[in-house]
Amino acid sequence: MAPRTLFDKIWDSHVVETLPDKTAILYIDRHLVHEVTSPQAFEGLRLSGRRLRHPDATIAVVDHNVPTSDRTLPIEEADSRNQIETLERNVREFGVPYFPLLSARQGIVHVVGPEQGISLPGMTIVCGDSHTSTHGALGALAFGIGTSEVEHVMATQTILQKPAKNMKVVVEGQVGPGVTAKDIMLAIIGHIGTAGGTGHVIEFAGSAIRELDMAGRMTICNMSIEAGARAGLVAPDETTFEYVRGRPFAPKGEAFDEAVAYWKTLASDEGAHYDRVVELRAEDITPVLTWGTSPETVIPVTGNVPDPASEADPSRRAQMQRMLDYMGLEAGQKIAGTPVDVVFIGSCTNSRIEDLRAAASIAAGRRVAPGVRAMIVPGSGIVKAQAEEEGLDKVFLEAGFEWREAGCSMCLGMNPDRLTPGQRCASTSNRNFEGRQGPGGRTHLLSPAMAAAAAVTGTLTDVRELI
Amino acid sequence: MDKFTVLTAIAAPLPEENIDTDKIIPARFLKTTRRSGLGVHAFDSMRYRPDGTENPDFVLNQEPYRKAEILITYDNLGCGSSREHAPWALLDFGIRCVIAPSFADIFNNNCFKNGILPIALPRDVCTQLMEDARQGANSRLTVDLARQVIVRPDGQEVPFDVDPLRRQLLLEGLDDIGQTLQHEKAITTFEQRRAKAQPWIPHIVLD
Repeated sequence: MAPRTLFDKIWDSHVVETLPDKTAILYIDRHLVHEVTSPQAFEGLRLSGRRLRHPDATIAVVDHNVPTSDRTLPIEEADSRNQIETLERNVREFGVPYFPLLSARQGIVHVVGPEQGISLPGMTIVCGDSHTSTHGALGALAFGIGTSEVEHVMATQTILQKPAKNMKVVVEGQVGPGVTAKDIMLAIIGHIGTAGGTGHVIEFAGSAIRELDMAGRMTICNMSIEAGARAGLVAPDETTFEYVRGRPFAPKGEAFDEAVAYWKTLASDEGAHYDRVVELRAEDITPVLTWGTSPETVIPVTGNVPDPASEADPSRRAQMQRMLDYMGLEAGQKIAGTPVDVVFIGSCTNSRIEDLRAAASIAAGRRVAPGVRAMIVPGSGIVKAQAEEEGLDKVFLEAGFEWREAGCSMCLGMNPDRLTPGQRCASTSNRNFEGRQGPGGRTHLLSPAMAAAAAVTGTLTDVRELI
Repeated sequence: MDKFTVLTAIAAPLPEENIDTDKIIPARFLKTTRRSGLGVHAFDSMRYRPDGTENPDFVLNQEPYRKAEILITYDNLGCGSSREHAPWALLDFGIRCVIAPSFADIFNNNCFKNGILPIALPRDVCTQLMEDARQGANSRLTVDLARQVIVRPDGQEVPFDVDPLRRQLLLEGLDDIGQTLQHEKAITTFEQRRAKAQPWIPHIVLD
């Protein structure tokens, strides 16, 4: 057999049947369900008299809409409450396993899946959310789907898809101090652009990726979608196996050993073909952030905002100017020193215990700058509990941060956590689109450590000055 | 899903790249549990001023484009989230066909599943079609899916590619689930084979 990539191997092992036009009926191992993209799918099942083919391969959780304040109080926003209650009715009617709002296991679906051992290497994993690519960090083929496809997976446990092309992004070398997985991924997106991975599944490789812990790999794979890719992947290795071992829903004992033996066969073969290869040197990557309203507008924190006058294409030039106007920035200005109003540390990109530790190491012994609102939103109830066990909550609270309950929160502002028009936010989330964090809000994407640095200085700041 | 055969309609030019799903439908409007009713919020931040009044500079607030059923943009239309609310909002507004040099993958898929035809054409062709669209109400484009051509107002035909299976489903207005369930035996066989080969795959059962 010809040498195959990690993607090829997972794909091949899940093809149920190939249709004449090469569309595959692809078997799905795990379906993650949340309240925003599922109601119309359940309704579709109900109307056609269908059931879930495999409730035991499905897990539901509420995350997008949930308040991150006191959970014992009723949910104030009526339409959010309705969406949550609709999911609760649906999981009961269709027998879907569910982590309710008051469960310690509740959290952002892309934090919960790996944390519980529900997402495992070699699996196909889908969810009605584009950041499903996160689970690729385990060496699983994981991608976001629309609601029609959610219904399709519920009814058939499969999805119709054509194979993606293979792309490899290699980051060799060792990153410098203050440079995190978030900086590596933003640098990659800045390099290849938001359509750089369109039609491809990206395998991340090289020593700088292999040295990352699982949280870092999840940050990388999470933002594959911001590079336009269908999915991101990291080959499973000892770091992966140690992470999975002992998780509540992971195989145990002999079954685990059998699974590991299989997972070890998944890494790409020597000489496997990639349609595109991109290489970056870790030493060239510095702490970075975005200046505009597209995730590809990445500059070093030591850099200057670009000048539209230097762009030859008129429609792109106009778009750059529109971004500057929206963001309230001047062409050519230094980005460091720009005052921020809000700091958001959370989201499926950066809300794991490792992210909170990184932020706490900068916050410790310092104070949030006057006039800045700084929020910490853990990715799950489990992450929150662990952080409290380690005393991180005290570090944050003493520094003047808010310590909140788990959910998607200000990443997309579907719950009350929103920016007001004109507010500038240093955010560890994944999208800086216009209005993403609230109408008129201005988002700078950066790492948890950089976000904490912005909180304590009140401005966009090179975290290396605080290490 | 409505069939898509031949569409003769007003096209709206929106010459921007990377029009993301938050622009098409901001997250705060995703709290519905239905598919319909999102058209009023399509392109909300571009279409309305902060005080809620219409922005007269935005193309879909201008005649004849309020009745546009075709939308023409530049690269990477629909990048961002997987929310199917984006095509639902377009469809509810009245858009049945989107034309751009390229589309984000999930958005492209979601369009087909809702009876919207996405057509990828080179950038200079998109620019020409935008010019056609700017000629006003009598300057309609005809999209003929069976023949895979766009007929310009001067009669010139622009051929386009479309996935044959997707084309068939659109022409017949069929949904995917019924089609896949015709292969149910193959799915069952696959499941049995895998249960033997990888018995360690856990089932999710809560206490």
